[in-house]
Amino acid sequence: MPEIVEIPVVWLQGAACTGCAVAVLNSLSPGASRLVLSELAPGQHVSLRFIAPVMAGQGHQAIQVLKDLAAEKKGGYFLVMDGALPTGHPLFGTLGEEGGREVPIAETAAVLARSAAAVISMGTCASFGGIPAGDPNPTKCISMEALLAREGIKTPIVNIPGCPPHPDWFVGTVVAVALHGLGKVAATLDELKRPSMFYGKCIHETCPRRADFDAARFAKKFGDRGCLYELGCKGPVTFADCPTRMFNSGTNWCVGAGSPCHGCVEPDFPDRLAPLYEKIDDKRLDRFRLLGASVPGLKK
Amino acid sequence: MAHGTKPAADARTIVIDPVTRIEGHMKIEVVVDGGVVKDARSSGTLWRGFENILVGRHPFDAVRLTQRVCGVCPMIHSQASAGCLDAALGVSEQVPPNGRIVRNLLLASNYLQSHILHFFTLAALDFVDVTALADYAGPEPELANVKAFIDRGALGPFVPRYEGDYRCSKQTNIDLVRGYLRALGARRVCQEMIALFGGKMPHNVAVVPGGVLAEVTTDKIAFFATRLAEVSDFIDQVYLPAVLTVAGAYGDYFDIGAGCRRYLAYGVFDQDAAADPLARKRLFPGGLIGSDGRPGAVDAEKITEDVSHSRYAAECAAKPAEGKTIPEPDKPGAYTWLKAPRYDGAPAEVGPLARTLIGHTAGGAIKPHVDAALKAAKLPAAKLQSVLGRHLARALEARALATAMADWLTQLEPGGPVCAALEIPQQSRGAGLLDGPRGALGHWIEIQDKKIGRYQLVVPTTWNGSPRDAAGTPGPIEQALIGAKVRDRENPFEVTRIIRSFDPCLACAVHTVSVKGDVLCKCRVV
Repeated sequence: MPEIVEIPVVWLQGAACTGCAVAVLNSLSPGASRLVLSELAPGQHVSLRFIAPVMAGQGHQAIQVLKDLAAEKKGGYFLVMDGALPTGHPLFGTLGEEGGREVPIAETAAVLARSAAAVISMGTCASFGGIPAGDPNPTKCISMEALLAREGIKTPIVNIPGCPPHPDWFVGTVVAVALHGLGKVAATLDELKRPSMFYGKCIHETCPRRADFDAARFAKKFGDRGCLYELGCKGPVTFADCPTRMFNSGTNWCVGAGSPCHGCVEPDFPDRLAPLYEKIDDKRLDRFRLLGASVPGLKK
Repeated sequence: MAHGTKPAADARTIVIDPVTRIEGHMKIEVVVDGGVVKDARSSGTLWRGFENILVGRHPFDAVRLTQRVCGVCPMIHSQASAGCLDAALGVSEQVPPNGRIVRNLLLASNYLQSHILHFFTLAALDFVDVTALADYAGPEPELANVKAFIDRGALGPFVPRYEGDYRCSKQTNIDLVRGYLRALGARRVCQEMIALFGGKMPHNVAVVPGGVLAEVTTDKIAFFATRLAEVSDFIDQVYLPAVLTVAGAYGDYFDIGAGCRRYLAYGVFDQDAAADPLARKRLFPGGLIGSDGRPGAVDAEKITEDVSHSRYAAECAAKPAEGKTIPEPDKPGAYTWLKAPRYDGAPAEVGPLARTLIGHTAGGAIKPHVDAALKAAKLPAAKLQSVLGRHLARALEARALATAMADWLTQLEPGGPVCAALEIPQQSRGAGLLDGPRGALGHWIEIQDKKIGRYQLVVPTTWNGSPRDAAGTPGPIEQALIGAKVRDRENPFEVTRIIRSFDPCLACAVHTVSVKGDVLCKCRVV
């Protein structure tokens, strides 16, 4: 049997809700147990060394795992950052103690990022700041990319936004790196460092209710059928493959449940897409002008 | 003194930071003398200021944003938030039956997911030895995968771990590891049940003020019933037997970790649409069991929050509806971002054990399941007040819920209304009080000029993981730790088994409220 290469991965949580980790547990192909136990790509196994919500180790033995990796495996592990990084006060977010000092998560994230082969920002909080960085940003949360810039860390970074992301977006990106190498994946990133294979299309263009929009059949109140544009759908300004991939083993997605899209994969989430249930400025529909112009009720 | 440093720790102190296999960031310090825990401190080590972020926003956005407090139990936050908005908008009694039932189905699915996840994915590694499969030679591909994984030698995330007290036989370990792996699939199915009506999970989009958004159709009912039957089988054939197997091997944990022996629940799963949430008939009833062991009714006016050992300014001690919080990270004597909620001035444990004891006494839906389990295990009811009692209570709740859910599905009316008509008042207030998987949850909203003027959450783990109060009385987890035996300071598995039995959710527990215009933070410039 050919040797299987172990790819060590650290999953670190900052100002997070654990929803991103739960999303990955929801992965269907591969399922969570294969994800942990088996080869993810031929000859390569992801070795999850640190992931607080799941790992057996605790306390100082868990922190030691991080120290050993940063010291011994320079450039030989991947860092997944889940959650934003609080910078307003050292005690706003800490993980572990060192000589009686509670260590800020942002400090640990920077140390681990510096020696990592690459950083994956998992979810909108790590990618762009997300809700913890929402106005008035009480803890001065920043994204992982901003932390790397602040600390002058040059490690490559990939953003997988979403609140939470679809597990395929994460697993698919990791598989792509394993199969094709980091360089090829980096070449497919958009200007927000998102893999274009998942974030390349506008939701409004692939939405199954697009025909309702074109025919001006709009839902007016909660529970109505039709296009959810007037109830605040952010699909026209949101880029992800939710309508075709669908969440939870392909069961459903937001618009499928009668809800407007809230644009949770975008850097504008939540502040500049709020109020979530109010119509976006019609001017933002410019790119759909040809169709939108014929729709009664839409302001020109 | 630099931020976060404190006087040199007592040589007897054991610090566990992070406590893993929970939700969020938690630190526990215990002082061990003569092999016995003499003192304990529970700390939340992350603060996000969620309620500050809510102020000034559209009231409906609270439902979507507050569920992002927690990715393990988001559903309960969306429902408590919708509940306080139902009250503030005056539509609690107009939520259509479909809306009420779909909310119950969504929340119950999250209970099943959360309880299964807690016992297997989070707690089981305290009791089950995965490495027992090193010489597995059987035919099951799932277990052969585990053996191949062990053979390769990179054992993360299962090793390192606290060693010294894995008691099950090889065959029992194999059976429990099989359960651990199958649980991953069973909990995924629970999430699919939620997505069916809720769009996606975590972070559903269906629950809104006035009811839900999702249309009720016959195909959804059939899909849901099929998935529910699968999970129901898992509960009977894997989950309950696994809890009883662990209980058989670790029976002393029926005598460990009792805690404060005072229990609070608001109740959950509305069977009617009464205006006052605490007056509704609920599948799992609310109540308070005081130190005399007798259950009484809950009066929300008796809930207060103490901050004497929390990192908030002293003037913040108040009733939740009037609460405000000014963070003070460097406050002397403060050791946590959790406040200390108190009922009638004293701590109370919330969660599955509280609900089970109250429901058992009140003759609720849980009673026959509790009686059968106690009889089978030859245990008196008092033994439920323990580490194993909490695990058993979760499994019994899952059993009772799966039965009730199948019945609720038959009450849905395909095509019927799902949501009340809504209008946002200029000024109003409301409270949403119900029980989540981890216990009693309250959301309080104040609407000013059609926007959020004030928002407050009092969350289950804030009750259970609370610090000392002004009277010096420790919180429930702290009380459960004090008196526990610790055999090996390097491997304090007893301590984390006790903590984990409470299923702490720290992201939920740490939050703050601020009235518009309050000083946001009194911290030193760094």
